[in-house]
Order: sequence, then C-alpha cells, then structure tokens
Amino acid sequence: MTTKGGHVVFLFPSVSHALKAEKILKEAGVTHKLIPVPRHISSDCGVCLRVEAPLRDEVVARLRGRVTWEGEAPLEGS
Amino acid sequence: MEKDTEGRVIYFDNAATTWPKPKETIRAMVAYAEEVGGSPGRSGHRRAVMAGRIIFEAREALAEIFGCDDPFRIVFAKNATEAINTAILGLLEPGDHVVVSSLEHNSVMRPLRHLEKRGLRLTVVPPGPDGVVEPDRIEDALGADTRLICLTHASNVTGQIQPAASVGEIARRRGVLFLLDAAQTAGAVPIDVREARVDLMAFSGHKSLFGPQGTGGLYIGEGVEERLRPLIYGGTGSRSEFEAQPDFLPDKYESGTPNTIGIAGLGAGVRFVLSEGIRRIREREEELTGRFLAGLAAIPGVRVHGPQDASSRTAVVSFTLEGVSPSEAAMTLEEEFGILCRPGLHCAPSAHRTIGTFPAGTVRFGFGYFNTDEEIDRGLEALRKIRRHNT
Repeated sequence: MTTKGGHVVFLFPSVSHALKAEKILKEAGVTHKLIPVPRHISSDCGVCLRVEAPLRDEVVARLRGRVTWEGEAPLEGS
Repeated sequence: MEKDTEGRVIYFDNAATTWPKPKETIRAMVAYAEEVGGSPGRSGHRRAVMAGRIIFEAREALAEIFGCDDPFRIVFAKNATEAINTAILGLLEPGDHVVVSSLEHNSVMRPLRHLEKRGLRLTVVPPGPDGVVEPDRIEDALGADTRLICLTHASNVTGQIQPAASVGEIARRRGVLFLLDAAQTAGAVPIDVREARVDLMAFSGHKSLFGPQGTGGLYIGEGVEERLRPLIYGGTGSRSEFEAQPDFLPDKYESGTPNTIGIAGLGAGVRFVLSEGIRRIREREEELTGRFLAGLAAIPGVRVHGPQDASSRTAVVSFTLEGVSPSEAAMTLEEEFGILCRPGLHCAPSAHRTIGTFPAGTVRFGFGYFNTDEEIDRGLEALRKIRRHNT
C-alpha cells in the first residue's frame, strides 16, 4: 500500500487533537505536515497530519496514549 | 466610540474587570484581527489552522497556570458565569442536594435558586466570625444525596480566601463533586487543580488573567465530562456527519464559532501572568492591599468588612464610611478625585447579608497589579477628605 515516496495521513476527531499531535511530533523531531483533509477522505475537522510512510510506526508510538486519532489513510505519491 | 476626556483616573475596579491590560493582550488581539481572521477548526486552510493554534496555545497556557496535565480539560466560555451555569445546570437533577457557602456570587446562587424551584435541595453554610467557611461545617451539611459542593475561592465582597484544598479533600473522601468559583482568584492567587482536588473550576478571563471581556472558562476534572451535560449544543467543526453532539473534550462544551479574538488576548494575558510569575503578582497585590488597609485603619469612622490582614485575602477591600452611603461615596470619589470603584451589592446579596451590609452594600476598592503606591495614597487621602467633610 505504501510505495516509496508515499505518505500516510492521520485523521483526528477535532482540530484540537490534530494540533496536539502536531506539537508532540514537533517536540520529538518527527518530520510531518499539517494539511487540509484530502477530499476523498472522510473527516471534517479540516486538517490532518501527513507523514512519510516509513515513519508511520514511529508516529503511532509517539501519539499512542497522548492523543486519540480516528484513523489513518495512505496517500499515494504526494 | 465614546472617549474618556475627563483626564487621568485612578482605576480601583479591578475586581469587576482589570484595567489596563498588558500590551501583549492588545497586540495579540490586533494581530489576530489584522493577520489571521480565520475560524478555528472550520476548514483546513492556513488561516483556519492559525486560528486553531491560537485557541490551542491559550488552552495550553491555562492548563499550565492551573496545574492541569491535559489542556483539553479547559473549555472556553464567555465568562465565569457561563462556566458556572454549565457546571450547575449540566450536573444537577431535581431531588439532588447541594451545599454552598453564604458568600457566593449570584452567578452561583441564581442558577441554584432556579433549580431549587424544580426540586433541588440547598444547604447554605455561613462562614465563621473570621469570614472563613469552615470545612467541618461543610462536611456536617453533607447528606446521602449531596451531589455537589459549591465554594467561592475568594469572595468578591470580602476578599477572604477560602480553604479550597480542605474542602476538596472532604468532597473527594465523601464522593461528592466540588465546584470552585475562581473568578476572583485565577491569575491572582496560585491554584493547582490537583492539589485543591477540584472537579470543576470556573474562571474569569478578563480579571486577573488579563484577557478581554467575553472570555472565561471551566476546568473539567477527569471523568466529570461523562456526567456533565453541555449548556449549549451545536456545530463544532468536528463529526459534522452526525447530528448528535460530540462526546469528547473540548468540543462537547464548545459549540458555535468561538471568541477567537478574545481568546487570543486571553492567551497572551495568561502568558503575561506566567512570565511575571503568579507569586510575584500576588506579593505585589498584597503590598498594595496592606498599604491601603494600614492607611484605612488610621481614618476614624471607616469600617473594613473582611480580613484586616492582606495575606489571607485578595486585593479587594470592602468598607463603609460613617455618615456617607456607599453610592454617595463612590460618586464623590469619581467626581472630585477621579477614583473609579464599585459601590453597592456587587451581585452578591447573600454575601452582603452574611456580613451585615445588606441592602446598602459597601464601597469596594479592587486593586490590581498595575496600581501604584501613589494611587493607594491618593485613595486614602480622598477618603480622609470625604470623612472630614462629613463629620
């Protein structure tokens, strides 16, 4: 599913959650980007966190127990 | 907009709302209005995210100042009154019993009296002669069906700081929820929500936290959100596919577009308090209050209603002048001396009945961090002159 150069997006219940996750990743030095939720993915808080696919497991480990997220979705070639 | 052209004033009404605000508060509001302007959580564009970040950072600053680990446990309201209403109306059912002190503001008493008509039972506990609400008397008033204890952290009339942590301990031990009204103390007196064991704490944003009017909020303790109904339902920017209210913090209690410009100012105000240091602010306000109390003690015919000692009170001093009504005194203070204060009942008739100053009330001077020693001395001089003129 995650080809080279692909990304994963993390979806959150609200923008507060997304911003909290952003802060956790920033402090941990994990490269990430807060982006508008792509149209084909359902969630409406407006923003999601995009990370490179190989970083997915690290992101999960960093966020677990600190902020809840609603799902993940692969994002090809972006 | 009407401008005050009367010249320099001495502002002693900080217990109602602080003035001036730190420059940082004003700058943050202007910066939001000029450079951001988005609606937080309502889109993914960069201005919406910037607005979201302003709210998020204000929440974090508030969590830090109250010793709360989880910023989502701070929910915004338009003032402490709305926060108190969220707590009281969201928790209580007919038949529940509530224990409350007799020093409460109407922001607490009015929603409780409203519910009393629908079957809520209320026990009002007066303070001892020293103005302190004895935790033992609160405990004595608890019954099997007591759901909530409400206590003001410091009366807006007497300034007396109440033993919140001891009451919190009793509430925890007896399995009763504890609502602390920190409208007068948030930002002025150190508060740690874990140490005080509060379940709910209402705060004002525009008093000692130096935000603008239209800001305030509620701290919601762990698990309390499962039992607490929202006061207002509506759009949150989250879970829009469902017509049911979100059940998670903070969205459950924050429907409708928030007061982003106000919260921008509040966040900056809280960061100002954090950078000055709340203990330093407290020391300075104690100094000012001590200076005023010492001066007042030397003026015959003036009676202070509340502790004589600055260390057990906030910077609010209520007093009466023999032979001059509070409203007359306040008018003379403004017209002849440029001193702005607040006479009367201060929205707290129960507190005034308790201290024996109902219905005329008192003159209240509410000092703030930005008042000067010179202003205190000018206040004392004005009171000396008013007294001389009336004897």
